[in-house]
Amino acid sequence: MSDHTKHPDHPDALRRRLLLSGAGAATLGALGTVGLRDALAQGAFDWKRFKGEKIEILLVKSPRGDLLTKYHKEFEDLTGIEVGSEMIPEQQQRQKAVIEFNSGNPSFDVIALSYHVQKRQFAKNNWLTDVRPYLNDKSMTAPDLDFADFAKGGLQYAVEADGRVMSLPLNLDPWVVYYNKELFAAKNVAYPKTFAEMIDAAGKLNDPGKGVAGFVGRGLKNANVPVWTSFVLGNGGGFIDAKGKLMTDAPEAIEAARMYQTLMAKYGPQGVAGFNWNESQSLFLQGKAAMWLDGIGFAQPLEDPSKSRVVGKVGYGVMPAGPKAQVSALFADGEGIVSTSKKKGPAWYYLQWASNKANQTRMLQAAAGAPVRNSAYAAAQQSSDFKAPKEWVECMLKSAAIAQPGLPIIAPVTEFRDVFGIALTNMINGADPAGELRKATAEFQPVLDKSEKA
Amino acid sequence: MSALPAALPVASRPGFFRRRQRSYRLLTLPALLVVAAVIVFPWLFTMYMSAFDWKIGSVAHFVGLGNYTGLVTNQRFLEAIAHTFYFTALAVVFPLLLGTLAALIFHRNFRGRGVLRAIFTMPMMATPVAVALVWTMMFHPQQGVLNYLLSLVGLPPSLWVYSPTLVIPSLVLVEIWHWTPLVMLIVLGGLAALPTEPYESARLDGATEWQLFRHITLPLIAPFIVVAAVIRTIDAVKAFDTIYVISQGGPGTASETINLYLYLQAFAFYNVGNASAVVVVFFGIILALALLLLHVRQRTKWAA
Repeated sequence: MSDHTKHPDHPDALRRRLLLSGAGAATLGALGTVGLRDALAQGAFDWKRFKGEKIEILLVKSPRGDLLTKYHKEFEDLTGIEVGSEMIPEQQQRQKAVIEFNSGNPSFDVIALSYHVQKRQFAKNNWLTDVRPYLNDKSMTAPDLDFADFAKGGLQYAVEADGRVMSLPLNLDPWVVYYNKELFAAKNVAYPKTFAEMIDAAGKLNDPGKGVAGFVGRGLKNANVPVWTSFVLGNGGGFIDAKGKLMTDAPEAIEAARMYQTLMAKYGPQGVAGFNWNESQSLFLQGKAAMWLDGIGFAQPLEDPSKSRVVGKVGYGVMPAGPKAQVSALFADGEGIVSTSKKKGPAWYYLQWASNKANQTRMLQAAAGAPVRNSAYAAAQQSSDFKAPKEWVECMLKSAAIAQPGLPIIAPVTEFRDVFGIALTNMINGADPAGELRKATAEFQPVLDKSEKA
Repeated sequence: MSALPAALPVASRPGFFRRRQRSYRLLTLPALLVVAAVIVFPWLFTMYMSAFDWKIGSVAHFVGLGNYTGLVTNQRFLEAIAHTFYFTALAVVFPLLLGTLAALIFHRNFRGRGVLRAIFTMPMMATPVAVALVWTMMFHPQQGVLNYLLSLVGLPPSLWVYSPTLVIPSLVLVEIWHWTPLVMLIVLGGLAALPTEPYESARLDGATEWQLFRHITLPLIAPFIVVAAVIRTIDAVKAFDTIYVISQGGPGTASETINLYLYLQAFAFYNVGNASAVVVVFFGIILALALLLLHVRQRTKWAA
């Protein structure tokens, strides 16, 4: 971690330089120490610049929200800015955000957002502030912000197509394959490196007689779409082409849906059509599933002896390679400054603090999530009470390197997940993948067109 | 206030009477304001919104009856209506049958009746979401207790709420468990009000238990059963918590009722124009059902 006092932009060095180039030595000399600081605020970064201000933060109720709230006092001591924060469960927070933004006068200055759900909606309506002016202003940005430390996948979400930086990413959730090493070893199967091997392995390990499923994943509509998109991305497919037309009925998408159908209907457990992540996790915890495809953020209970029957037997596999690409579907959260806020300066200071290296390392140590900063992983591993297995960290870093957004970045993303989720669940119950995808595409295209026009 | 002497006709004291009426009207004003704000205004605004194509965050476009004509051809909405009727029919008939049976049993005197009756009433007091969460765990195909019970009697495990064909009957099971006590209480109240003379004279004439039930009990408790039916129908048509928590309208859209569809449109897709049209249609359906049942109730009323 960089040491503040050795940095070239240290206040004393700068002050000396400015005194020499001089804006009137007499004027400067007449000012007191505090006055000197104010006059030179243009040139030096100062955590206490907005001392006395008050900002409002809207967070989502989650281990990460809990963690940030716990350390708010640290921010207040560091900057002198008073923090009022609210933590609301996910669905309600999203609804509150939409309603308050629509009123034109939201009650918060900083908001936590889930990129895969809210990015396009926020960008289209210009609800957040572009922070590039702050990033380029040395007096507003801490010297150790280290923008390059943010993982590529996180920046893909935080930065718009036209280069605007509308938020700072906080945590990543790439999709990985959890696998049961014991079950694999018993049948002498190696961890699959390709999609074909994956289907093959699921077939070999599927054992309905013993109640073991070769594969488990989400089947519940809406929740299940990322399982399919993981396969679409590996096939080299996409969601929407440059002209705004859906690519969800293209051959890559249909092939991915066939793979979904095979894994879920043939090698999945009974009732998988209604499984969300918690039913899948619960089955894997019992040692009744050989492979489980889901976000890396669900790993913690797997190594908890009070909850898991597979402690020490869990393998963390990077998403196998598809015929055209090896991609891990990525979901991420971040924080942004409200565009109508009158406290953008203090809000920017909060954003920097919330995403700084200390907080990111804390996130990993507390197993509250997977931080977006690459340096956090090395830093946390040095701590003695770091509990996550080395394999998990390696899997995380490798997956983050090959990660791409797992859902199209559009405003009606919930409806997308609903329409295609229903199609996928119908496939588990025997419907034809091509027919279902075509029907869903035809149903959703007008919704997409309308959303981009309005 | 001095009481008006009963002998004096009211019309001969016009001034005083009008003053009393005015103060009565003023007293109703607060309640009227609340009703207007909480019931009338939202209702009118909903009907207003249903004439627009409006997604929150976008501009609203006036479409007149466009939303309604869209609903007529909306396959998903029509299926939702079918699911709603199917669910309601099952969720009303079975609690009525079982509740009436339970009421008849609890009407008789036997040892421990009070305790058993109290236990029987308990499901009704549980919060719907908590009930739904526990039943979700019980429905789990591999780890749920229901499949375990099936295995004890040698039956194969069932998919319960994870099968498109079994999901609505499974959800109805939860509703039956939850609301049969309500029907039981209503019918029990009716049974308690029954006179005993008809029974005595019928027994003297040699009537069997079944005849007693069919010709005396049933006609006399019919109004109460219909009241229970009205309450159950209105609740079952609007059922949300159970379905949303357990299956979210799934698998796919197999258990998506009008209320679920409405919630999705309004609060997940922010499509308030279309959702408002669904609300108006839904209200019409509930109103029609309620009026039908009240008509039936009229016909079962005890002759004066």
